[in-house]
Amino acid sequence: MLPRAAGLGLLLLGLGALPLVLSNPTYTSIAIFTLIYMTAATSWNTFAGYSGYIPLGHVVFFGSGAYTLAVAAQDWHLVGGYGMFLLIPLAGLVAGLLALPFGLVALRTRRHTFVVITIAIMFIFQLLAFNLGVTNGSSGIQIPTPLWPAATFNDPFYYITLGILILAVATSWFVRRSRFGLQLLAIRDDEDRARGLGVRTGRVKLTAFVISAIPVGMVGAMYAYFIGQIFPQFAFDPLFDVSVALMVFFGGLGTVAGPLLGAVVLEPLQQYLTLQFSIGDLYLIIYGVVFLAVILLMPRGVVPSTRDWLRARRTGRPDAPEVEGDTDRAAEVAAHTGSPT
Amino acid sequence: MAALYGAVIDGILTGGVYALMAAGLTLIFGVMDIINIAQGVLVVLAAYLSYFLSIRFGLDLFVGLLVTIPVLFLLGVAVEWLFIRRLRSQEKTAMSILVTYAVAIIIEGVLSVTFGVNYVQLHGWYVTRSFQLLGFYLPYIYVFGFLLAAALLAVLFVILYRTRFGRSVRASLQNRTAAQLIGVNVARVSTLTFGLGVAVTAAGGMIFGATNAFNPNSGYDLISRLLAIVILGGLGSIGGALAAAVAMLVVEDVVAVIWSPVWSDVVFFVALVAVLLIRPVGLFGRAAARAQ
Amino acid sequence: MSALLEIDGVSKAYGGVQALSACSLDVAEGTITGLIGPNGSGKTTLFNVVTGYEHVNVGAVRYRGRAITNHAPDQVFKLGIGRTFQLTRIFARLTLMENMLVATQHHEGWARSMVRRGSSAGERRRALELLEFVGLAGHAGEAAGTLSYGQRKLLELAYVLIADPEVLLLDEPAGGINPSLIHYITERIRELNRQGRTFLVVEHNMEFVMGLCERVTVMHQGCVIVSGTPHEVRADPRVLDAYLGGADDEEEGAGAA
Ligand SMILES: Nc1ncnc2c1ncn2[C@@H]1O[C@H](COP(=O)(O)OP(=O)(O)OP(=O)(O)O)[C@@H](O)[C@H]1O
Ligand SMILES: [Mg+2]
Repeated sequence: MLPRAAGLGLLLLGLGALPLVLSNPTYTSIAIFTLIYMTAATSWNTFAGYSGYIPLGHVVFFGSGAYTLAVAAQDWHLVGGYGMFLLIPLAGLVAGLLALPFGLVALRTRRHTFVVITIAIMFIFQLLAFNLGVTNGSSGIQIPTPLWPAATFNDPFYYITLGILILAVATSWFVRRSRFGLQLLAIRDDEDRARGLGVRTGRVKLTAFVISAIPVGMVGAMYAYFIGQIFPQFAFDPLFDVSVALMVFFGGLGTVAGPLLGAVVLEPLQQYLTLQFSIGDLYLIIYGVVFLAVILLMPRGVVPSTRDWLRARRTGRPDAPEVEGDTDRAAEVAAHTGSPT
Repeated sequence: MAALYGAVIDGILTGGVYALMAAGLTLIFGVMDIINIAQGVLVVLAAYLSYFLSIRFGLDLFVGLLVTIPVLFLLGVAVEWLFIRRLRSQEKTAMSILVTYAVAIIIEGVLSVTFGVNYVQLHGWYVTRSFQLLGFYLPYIYVFGFLLAAALLAVLFVILYRTRFGRSVRASLQNRTAAQLIGVNVARVSTLTFGLGVAVTAAGGMIFGATNAFNPNSGYDLISRLLAIVILGGLGSIGGALAAAVAMLVVEDVVAVIWSPVWSDVVFFVALVAVLLIRPVGLFGRAAARAQ
Repeated sequence: MSALLEIDGVSKAYGGVQALSACSLDVAEGTITGLIGPNGSGKTTLFNVVTGYEHVNVGAVRYRGRAITNHAPDQVFKLGIGRTFQLTRIFARLTLMENMLVATQHHEGWARSMVRRGSSAGERRRALELLEFVGLAGHAGEAAGTLSYGQRKLLELAYVLIADPEVLLLDEPAGGINPSLIHYITERIRELNRQGRTFLVVEHNMEFVMGLCERVTVMHQGCVIVSGTPHEVRADPRVLDAYLGGADDEEEGAGAA
């Protein structure tokens, strides 16, 4: 327990001090995007990783959060500054409220149909964003920019995004340890059986879905404010969910640390590639290849694989036993239930 | 009123083409329990292949199919063999979607690098020339495309219902494990099915490219419609996919005429969501596995 | 003796197959009732109807005189009716301990489950006791997916027990497991019965049924044809008929399963 807490403290300290070390705005911008994706991946995993449902429509919450901030700023004639950050909880609220009907519809279905219906709902929202009056269609909305000095301009964005990230990670961690989390894991393994053991599966799934939508909406708003303008094709980018899913799978689906690691590795890489190959097409190829390599070579992700490897070394066994489910969960939980809590 | 008839006819004719592409998708699902997200971009790839053959070698679009169908079949076989086969059974739902998504992204990237992002369209005399039907002009390609799609669907049915391979496919569709037990080589059937399911995009892509301007990005639009169609029809049901394709395209075209083209896309997805609210397994889908 | 669980004229068809036709059956409190019948005679379907996994339009199910027809599985479970599945259903990627804890939450508000930890010390203690009872305590920290088939049956029994159900519907508890384990399971069921629990047990192993059950009910083609003591049932010619005449049904059942 102690080394873990110490590691967490160190990590936080490092993240807190990062803007002091990185003075170049290019780098702090990348850091902000990375924090945004760390949050999104963590929240996505809070639902997908524990419940086993794979949603590919979380960009709806991201985009709605972004538009909440943009539209509110426009309609209420706000000026750029710290006050705008107060809209972020509102964006989270809007995302959470949207997640209710979205989840009610989508969670009636399972597996492939669920995946596809989340994609369909994503397209509905994208089309709405292009065509509704309130979003100003494809001409987008300009968001007032704060008049902060250039040298430290990024810092407020950075720290507030870090705050949202901490919130998301804490939520993920609490869900993991709670009875509610156990119910989600049971649903992942056999939903009907869980229902027959008294788990109110509908409510549990919907709650997890809403919980995972809220931080995504918040960072969506943050993204819009930081970029300074918002267009439908960016707010409802179909690649958003795939990127997030890739980060989660890279790090390890269903673990707390995995999504963080995935985002820390892949988001800067993505930013770097876009900067490097500004045409954008070569970037697609490289991204797709990395994607394939990750899934085929490390299907369980870095965190579970490493943990197994460490455990095997410690116990001197050549390899962890193969489970019909997946070994990482077993290992992890064995460690968890074995130690007095 | 003529516009409405036109919309219905147009919907049926294009619906037939979508039916062909969707049949491939739903066939792959039925046999392998995976969804091929790359189906949309494969259609676009096929359209570009036809484009390349006609620009470079002056090949007629329909003659070009003699090349593109085998090429896409082999591509499908390769993708299955290289990537899909390696997935472990657990988390296969998510993994297969992500893998085929990655394949889609790569193909999209390759197309953008080779052909650029400007819109192109396929040409032939049947694309530009029209004939009159019920007081409304229809390019010949719509009819030719529909006939081609119908012919290929017929071929597909013959393969499924009149050949040994088809019997193995249908056995695997019904019950993979049982098929294995009665001696069906499910792995090989899967590879060939994937090839077959992808091969239909060759014709679909050619017709799509002759009736629409396209660029490497067009795959998203296509796959979202194809997914809506196969889900609506019930995953794994070819007949359902055919019915859903025609119904959806007719509804879309009619909405475009009586309301606005802007909202016809939305109607497409809203219809899907509405149907799933009432019947979560789609119109012709099989119910979930029984509780034992 | 009052009937704890009454099944009254239940019918269920799948397409053309009449899995249950006007099937009626009473289970008295505190008994161990056996339910036998050829493959495909509707035993599992009956369990599915009682526990809310299948809906019926005809007939009624009553528990302690209260109608529970077409209640959802979680509601039925909360009333005190637990079941196991013919093909065991465990949570393969959870540990045995976690499997045990899934069923402890039935009496708890949903909002509260969000804020509390996975389990209390008392629940873990009880879970361990039950694992001990079925002889799996040594594996508490392992993933359930590593268990053998017979062990899975025991785990499924144990995790249902943690919720203290009054009635247990067991679907082939001895199916496909080795003979020494069968004896062990018989003993466990007897002991639970002595503690006052009621059992309805589907089983093909006649020795097991005849040795364990006080009453045996025979199903054939979706109906109950005979009910009585093991001795009576064994002597009844209709039972033999059902088994021999049901030979073609048997193939059908095996094919669809
Ligand atoms: N979900 C379903 N869909 C279609 N048919 C079903 C379904 N469930 C059961 N059946 C059919 O209903 C009949 C009764 O099946 P059931 O599983 O209840 O029999 P059983 O008595 O439990 O048999 P066994 O001893 O083999 O377990 C069988 O003919 C079976 O094929
Ligand atoms: Mg049975």
